[in-house]
Amino acid sequence: MSSHYEVVIGLEVHVQLTTKTKIFCGCSTAFGQTPNSQTCPVCLALPGALPVLNYQAVEYAIRTGLATNCTIAPQSVFARKNYFYPDLPKGYQISQYELPTCRLGWLDIDGEWGTKRIGITRIHMEEDAGKLVHGEAPGSSQSSFVDLNRAGTPLLEVVSEPDLRSADEAVAYLKKLHQIVVYLGVCDGNMEEGSFRCDANVSLRPVGQEAFGTRAEIKNVNSFRFVKQAIEYEIERQADVLDSGGKVVQETRLYDPQTGVTRSMRGKEEAHDYRYFPDPDLVPLEIDAAWIEAESALLPELPDARRRRYQEELGLSAYDTEVLTAERPMAEYFEACVVLLPGQAKAIANWVMGELARKLNDGGLAIAQSPVTPRLLTDLLKLIEGGTISGKIAKTVFDAMWASGHEPARIVEEQGLVQVSDTGAIEAIVDEVLAGSAAQVEQYRGGNEKVFGFFVGQVMKASKGKANPALVNELLKQKLG
Amino acid sequence: MSLYDKTLSELRAGLDRREFSAAEAARAFLDRIAATDPRLNAFITVCADSALAEAAEADRRLAAGDPAPLTGIPLAMKDIFNTLGVRTTCASKILASYVAPYDATAFARLKAQGAVLLGKVNMDEFAMGSSNENSAYGPVRNPWDTTCVPGGSSGGSAACVAARQAPAALGTDTGGSIRQPASHCGVVGLKPTYGRVSRYGVIAYASSLDQVGPVTIDVRDCALLLQAIAGFDPLDSTSVDTPVPDYAATLQPDLKGVRIGLPKEYFIEGLDADVRAAVEQAVTTCRSLGAEIVEVSLPHTEFAVACYYLIATAEASSNLARYDGVRFGHRTATAGNLIETYSRSRDEGFGSEVKRRIMLGTYALSSGYYDAYYLKAQKVRTLIRQDFLDAFDKVDVILGPVAPTPAFRIGEKTADPLQMYLSDIFTIPVNLAGTCAMSLPCGFSGTGLPIGLQLIGKPFAESDILRTAYAFEQATEWHKRKAEI
Repeated sequence: MSSHYEVVIGLEVHVQLTTKTKIFCGCSTAFGQTPNSQTCPVCLALPGALPVLNYQAVEYAIRTGLATNCTIAPQSVFARKNYFYPDLPKGYQISQYELPTCRLGWLDIDGEWGTKRIGITRIHMEEDAGKLVHGEAPGSSQSSFVDLNRAGTPLLEVVSEPDLRSADEAVAYLKKLHQIVVYLGVCDGNMEEGSFRCDANVSLRPVGQEAFGTRAEIKNVNSFRFVKQAIEYEIERQADVLDSGGKVVQETRLYDPQTGVTRSMRGKEEAHDYRYFPDPDLVPLEIDAAWIEAESALLPELPDARRRRYQEELGLSAYDTEVLTAERPMAEYFEACVVLLPGQAKAIANWVMGELARKLNDGGLAIAQSPVTPRLLTDLLKLIEGGTISGKIAKTVFDAMWASGHEPARIVEEQGLVQVSDTGAIEAIVDEVLAGSAAQVEQYRGGNEKVFGFFVGQVMKASKGKANPALVNELLKQKLG
Repeated sequence: MSLYDKTLSELRAGLDRREFSAAEAARAFLDRIAATDPRLNAFITVCADSALAEAAEADRRLAAGDPAPLTGIPLAMKDIFNTLGVRTTCASKILASYVAPYDATAFARLKAQGAVLLGKVNMDEFAMGSSNENSAYGPVRNPWDTTCVPGGSSGGSAACVAARQAPAALGTDTGGSIRQPASHCGVVGLKPTYGRVSRYGVIAYASSLDQVGPVTIDVRDCALLLQAIAGFDPLDSTSVDTPVPDYAATLQPDLKGVRIGLPKEYFIEGLDADVRAAVEQAVTTCRSLGAEIVEVSLPHTEFAVACYYLIATAEASSNLARYDGVRFGHRTATAGNLIETYSRSRDEGFGSEVKRRIMLGTYALSSGYYDAYYLKAQKVRTLIRQDFLDAFDKVDVILGPVAPTPAFRIGEKTADPLQMYLSDIFTIPVNLAGTCAMSLPCGFSGTGLPIGLQLIGKPFAESDILRTAYAFEQATEWHKRKAEI
């Protein structure tokens, strides 16, 4: 891109909430059910039906607002956004307009730019629309079908300030927000199913110019990778337009992941007048300080705070804390281990990020499904710490625990894996190894110290891995020295 | 005395004493409907078979000695209430064959108390109108003079009670739609405080104004029917969770200690002389019953009609968006694409007054006009509400006319919508203020048409207006006159 433009990006993220029922009726929000099986007079918009607010959705909105440093409005108002479309059964969407539930928050994003604070304009609550299925029934390629199972699913729309200056910043912001809502448990974060999706407003302006350029809105991008690609494409496209003396048109564009390009969906001249007005079927939503405090008390420790604590209190590296806090279940697993075995945070971190992560990955399992619980893992680490087994043998024991779920001590005993720390026994093996390796002994004494590793390996092999490595080292040095 | 001439209370007593069966009562009203409705057109759907079956079930409950308050009482419902299994048209072509899969809460409560549904009564389409001439099923005629309108929008509810086709009916009142037809038909009609009766299952016209209420022969019946439907409903977020008093227990024959306010803005030039005389006579009666009469002012009254036609139409334009031909109701046979499906289905399905109001409301909410129209109207609404609250600092009940004239002739005002709108000038402010009011007979015009008296109460003080109405009714004979039909 021509470097004489500054990129300005603002994101609108739709976060689907994990409430069991819809936002204005008692229907299930379960995904992938038989079309129109999760509906009732309210979400079908039958004449006379009225909405009743699901207070769990409000709780989730408050928690998200608090976690993103927003002010929670003491009074917010649901408004009707009026437009006709077959997936919108009432002919309007219940949303919030002038008075959203959360306002004026921020998130810090880290990257090559250092730490940058991105403003959040507002977070408002709204209902999702249904889904159109085109021509899938037999003999009906000309027809469209309406599935209203999704109609009325609660959403939060998180609107950022136009503070983002590159596709990478946009992705960092999105990932941060994604991590927070998943941590809070208010969203399952499933981007493929559309639980977390994003519209990106992108514009360019000459470096040094204060006024924003004309923006294009890229709709409904549903992966981090696509967001990056779509924004990068859009920046190039707008730069080309401007460089050739043209003007960017304010419009809505769609990103096509297959071709990697954005294309125009509708222009401003076709823009809707949504005729927002307060929904007279719902009373203003009042949220008092006590309610906010109650939700605040239910917030989990968020990734940023955890990262700081892991570094400051547990002495872990920036990299380790990043990996361990990426997902809440892993952080909680790690912390459960630290409680069971204080003072061994680094060793625990290595095992969680190493053996455990590898096994989970191989098996395609979530950490909650791990057969090796925090207690089993820390029991294993205690055996290492106490000298009962070596770190190397511990890996064998870990594999056995994974397979059987048995206590590590039982596995060590049953398989005879107790570390040999008997100096006499080890000395005998050392002598035997040295006697059978005259050539290597010669090399070592001639100054090739690398051969030392060979001797260690031979001794460990002869002891079936059970020899205490420290003793082996010590004895070898003695004998060779 | 025919069975169909009995009030709801008299029917209750007769059923309880086994003077007649619920089946006989139902049959009497069904016969009366068959005999008179060709001249009135009050009913859109008569539920003869199901009514008799429900009456038979009521008789079983009566025989078992286990009656509920309305067991065996035949009632009519405005065709705006969803009734499970019985079609609900809202007097529109767009819902001509619509059968709801659920009951409106108000109807469900009547059903749960044993009421028998005689049928669904005519109205202005989507409750938009003051004369019942805007029905896709033809106008309703006034039982007192079939060349006159019964008023609207609950014209069928008022006419069917006046003609004794049903002892009582439910209506809805968005801008006078219960009180004005009750006044024109010489029956009692009450619009409760907004939030007193659930709106769930009532087809919405203007959500912030719509309220369900009873239409009856006398005040006691009105109290009984209000008792049956009032109270909080978790399915309606705007219904209010305050205790429901025993309305019948508050009825007493005098007005000692009651302060009644006369708003000077309701006794203006242009008020029909017969109406003025009847209302002034009513004031004298109230004074003689012990009431203290005080003049009050409702200074923003003149802005109420304009304010109403912005707010009500704005809400209606959105509420009626769901009639799009996609999921239920009329769908055009000629559309080639989505936009044509929308525009033709709605063009074919809606009548002209409904279209007019949808367009008015759409305009009022449009970008660039919202502040000047909708928002300004909301501010005026606040002032009107404050007018009433200020007046109620001085008085318990406000008294005035219901409508500026008695019933007008069919066709008289259809060419001039504005003239039609102005016939609701005394009723509309109450809806905007969200408080309660009722109409009861207080006289007749020189041509023999009924005149109604309006009593307006404080929010949730339905007891106050019922008590006042009852004392007035006990002291007068107007409610005993019957239309000859």
